[in-house]
Amino acid sequence: MAELDKNDGSMDATPNVTEVVAVDATDETAAVAAIEAPVERGEPILQVRNLVKHFPLSQGILFKRQVGAVKAVDGVSFDLYQGETLGIVGESGCGKSTVAKLLMTLETATAGEVFYKGQDITKLSGRALKAVRRNIQMVFQDPYTSLNPRMTVGDIIGEPFDIHPEVAPKGDRRARVQELLDVVGLNPEYINRYPHQFSGGQRQRIGIARGLALNPEIIICDEPVSALDVSVQAQVINLMEKLQDEFNLSYVFIAHDLSIVRHISDRVGVMYLGKMAEIGTDTEIYDHPTHPYTQALLSAVPVPDPEARERGERIILTGDVPSPANPPSGCRFRTRCWKAQDKCSTELPLLAVPERFKGSESAAAHESACHFAEEKDVVGAAS
Amino acid sequence: MTIMDKTADIPAPRSGGPDDARLLEVRDLHVEFHTRDGVAKAVNGVNYSVDPGETLAVLGESGSGKSVTAQAIMGILDMPPGKIPQGQILYRGQDMLTMSYEERRKIRGQKIAMIFQDALSSLNPVLSVGYQLGEMFRVHQGLSRKQAKAKAIELMERVKIPAAKQRVTDYPHQFSGGMRQRIMIAMALALEPDLIIADEPTTALDVTVQAQVMDLLKDLQTEFNMGLILITHDLGVVADVADKIAVMYAGRIVETAPVHELYKRPAHPYTRGLLDSIPRLDQKGQELYAIKGLPPNLLKIPSGCAFNPRCPKAEDICRTEIPALVPVSEQDGSELPGRGSACHFWKETIHG
Amino acid sequence: MPDATKTQTETEAVADATAAPSAATGKTQDKPRSLWGDAWFDLRHRPMFWISSILLLILLVIAAFPGLFTGADPRDGDLTNHFLTKPELGHFFQPDWFGYDGQGRSIYARVIYGTRASILVGVGVTAAVTLVGGLLGMLAGYFGGWLDSIISRVTDIFFGIPFLLGAMVVLNAFADRKVYVVILALAFLGWTSICRVMRSSVITAKQADYVTAARALGAGTSRILFRHVLPNALAPTIVVATIALGGYISAEATLSFLGLGLADPTISWGIDIAEGSQAIRDNPHALLFPAGMLSLTVFAFIMLGDAVRDALDPKLR
Repeated sequence: MAELDKNDGSMDATPNVTEVVAVDATDETAAVAAIEAPVERGEPILQVRNLVKHFPLSQGILFKRQVGAVKAVDGVSFDLYQGETLGIVGESGCGKSTVAKLLMTLETATAGEVFYKGQDITKLSGRALKAVRRNIQMVFQDPYTSLNPRMTVGDIIGEPFDIHPEVAPKGDRRARVQELLDVVGLNPEYINRYPHQFSGGQRQRIGIARGLALNPEIIICDEPVSALDVSVQAQVINLMEKLQDEFNLSYVFIAHDLSIVRHISDRVGVMYLGKMAEIGTDTEIYDHPTHPYTQALLSAVPVPDPEARERGERIILTGDVPSPANPPSGCRFRTRCWKAQDKCSTELPLLAVPERFKGSESAAAHESACHFAEEKDVVGAAS
Repeated sequence: MTIMDKTADIPAPRSGGPDDARLLEVRDLHVEFHTRDGVAKAVNGVNYSVDPGETLAVLGESGSGKSVTAQAIMGILDMPPGKIPQGQILYRGQDMLTMSYEERRKIRGQKIAMIFQDALSSLNPVLSVGYQLGEMFRVHQGLSRKQAKAKAIELMERVKIPAAKQRVTDYPHQFSGGMRQRIMIAMALALEPDLIIADEPTTALDVTVQAQVMDLLKDLQTEFNMGLILITHDLGVVADVADKIAVMYAGRIVETAPVHELYKRPAHPYTRGLLDSIPRLDQKGQELYAIKGLPPNLLKIPSGCAFNPRCPKAEDICRTEIPALVPVSEQDGSELPGRGSACHFWKETIHG
Repeated sequence: MPDATKTQTETEAVADATAAPSAATGKTQDKPRSLWGDAWFDLRHRPMFWISSILLLILLVIAAFPGLFTGADPRDGDLTNHFLTKPELGHFFQPDWFGYDGQGRSIYARVIYGTRASILVGVGVTAAVTLVGGLLGMLAGYFGGWLDSIISRVTDIFFGIPFLLGAMVVLNAFADRKVYVVILALAFLGWTSICRVMRSSVITAKQADYVTAARALGAGTSRILFRHVLPNALAPTIVVATIALGGYISAEATLSFLGLGLADPTISWGIDIAEGSQAIRDNPHALLFPAGMLSLTVFAFIMLGDAVRDALDPKLR
């Protein structure tokens, strides 16, 4: 990166994985206090270390025995910095949605840690966990199923206050809900309506309002716009960017649409079969990808411009993503990779800055889990 | 409808012989759905045509009527609640809407085939793919079981399914999403139709697989000189394969153009808004342009131009008069073949 | 996990557009409409619903206040004067309107007074079955695991018992078969279907995204169960219960006919049908009126159930 300027608030200079400063909380009160403590902008707020989630596959009707496991997430590490947006992209089955569930403690991790302000949330319970839940919220993919059809909009957005009554006193709640509706660009008079009276984009706004209700610090967005119409996607994306500035939020933005991820993210991680293939700033990943999978993924994205399309090189991958129950040995991408050699099947490439780019000023010097990492311009950027 | 679209005036991008030799032509098609809350006008006077070897992309958001039009062509609309009060669907000059059920059934499947978005639910889960592929030949051509199976394998090879011989006895759930979509394509191809209608064929697939499937479709189309109607909401997918594009909004075609032209110089504010509102992979933009407002409610389509409440250029005339789809020309008056716009202010939009 | 979820077909999008009338024209011209409200709106526009409701309302009033409809005593047999008298169809609401039965009792009065037992059994069994079956189904569906295994196995066992045969065996053990005994016996054998329906709809509902959303907010089990899962799992149970209600009424009649259900002095259509059937050749009216009343009641309940099912069917929205 040429323009390394720590003061402009860009996260370009920050490494992807920093040392975890674990806070030893002796009791629940200390843990809650640690969770409530503010974090400086640009400091890590969420640190994920070697996160693993295996879903057991069992056989037998009466006596169930485990015959294997779907390795949905298999050793993923990354940091999320306060105020930034970390995009996570990957194809279906790569484990990105499971990561979201793990960060939300909706699933129990098989191994690994998720540090939120130094507290490992995979091991928290009781009051401390509730405090974490208040600070990490989620926006769901499908606005049609993520809102209870039998509750009014007011009840849906107000539910967080029922569960965490300390956030808003009872008398204030209606006003707070109306304020939230206003913030996300909906008419506050709609408070007594039901979800089916709204269109998809409006429902997603309701989902966002629910996520904002508790003044969280982190919002995990799992494909928040992929179910929306193109003309409405832009509205929601703009809203999310506006809210990030307004409420000083950090986003983990999970999506399969690479263009949208580039637009909204400061840093991007590319996942393949439960592992992180490459991670870096948006420029590093999109303009200087070094992992063959990232390159293939980027080159496959249809560009709405027939002429730009002809500039970039096209890589068409053969075959399908292997089953996560039985992933290939060594590098997981080797079965579809045009560069694969013997080394790839025996040695697992680690997510690190490739040897050849170490110490380089080039934007290619970012973490990539490939033995033969090299740069390739596939997007056809008019640079 | 008081105003008729004048698409017929627009010169075709390729002269495909005399007018009635068009492979498929949709004329002033209207479709409505009678629901509890009123009449939803899903298609309000659509005109388009496809020639052999040509790809027409119909672009639109949900509720634009793009899929309903296709369903009307295939004769798979749910009627009721659907109703076609007006319009013609001409296959090689014959109106399919006035045909007998038998005649129509013969065209459907044999001459016009359809590929759906969701391959898994379009395939029968309890029958092997080989059986389902072979069924076409057994029913329509009276082949024996063995011959049909051989044909099925041949088809699977043609759509590049690896190890077709071994996999012909597999069931749909044993295939990946991309492979299932290939099987759907194979089924559509089985009887070597003249026209394929693909309704969001790659929307449910991952990008790397999307590219494979689109390429396959394109190759096969060239090989068999088929017409292809590609229905999609994805401006990116269209850019790769289409020859000409029809953009739909609220049941009408608002713009038609050859593919390169549309992206360079849109002639309708809706198309322009759509193009501006998608983030670009090759550019890190600032704030996205967003088309304000919501897609129209088909029960209450705004008067005048349906896009007027969301349009930055809207003026009084837009609220009262429905703009007809008129040919678009260069500033000096020279013709732009195949281009049309249903906007009162198309001149300002394309040249402004 | 499917990534691209533009699974809506456009026909659905049309339906969606109809469901979001606020969209283009803006202002608050439409009121908040809950799904229950929508179902009610739908019901109100079904003639079948009104026919069955009016029928059932009349039947309920008859059951509650039989004295309003006849002055005759249904147990008062006048063997000398009225033994098997033919009906006088012109004598509206008179004791001899439907004629007299084998013991000289007014069939009209007996039909009127028999309504209570049938309605009580129908409503009682349905209430008990919904309560027990619904609760067990909800627990099994929501908590799963060993609790589900146990409840499901018990359900299977009860499901294996033939309904009427089982009821006969159970009722045979009671000498004094009052209405509540019949209710308990039928409920004991009938709760399984509701339990199964409830279990499966709870399983569907608990997998919905809004339940995940509530869990992510930190909601407790009871909130998730009663605010999110139950309201969305109730509709199929209501439909099954309404339709089954008619079935319980006819089951009671069948048992009473066989002499294993209600017994004298309780007045029941089943008992009268049994008695009437003995004189069917010469005096079919003694059978016809109680049987007709029974059919009418069962028909009304099934019709109501159908209307409710159509109104609650999510496919129509």
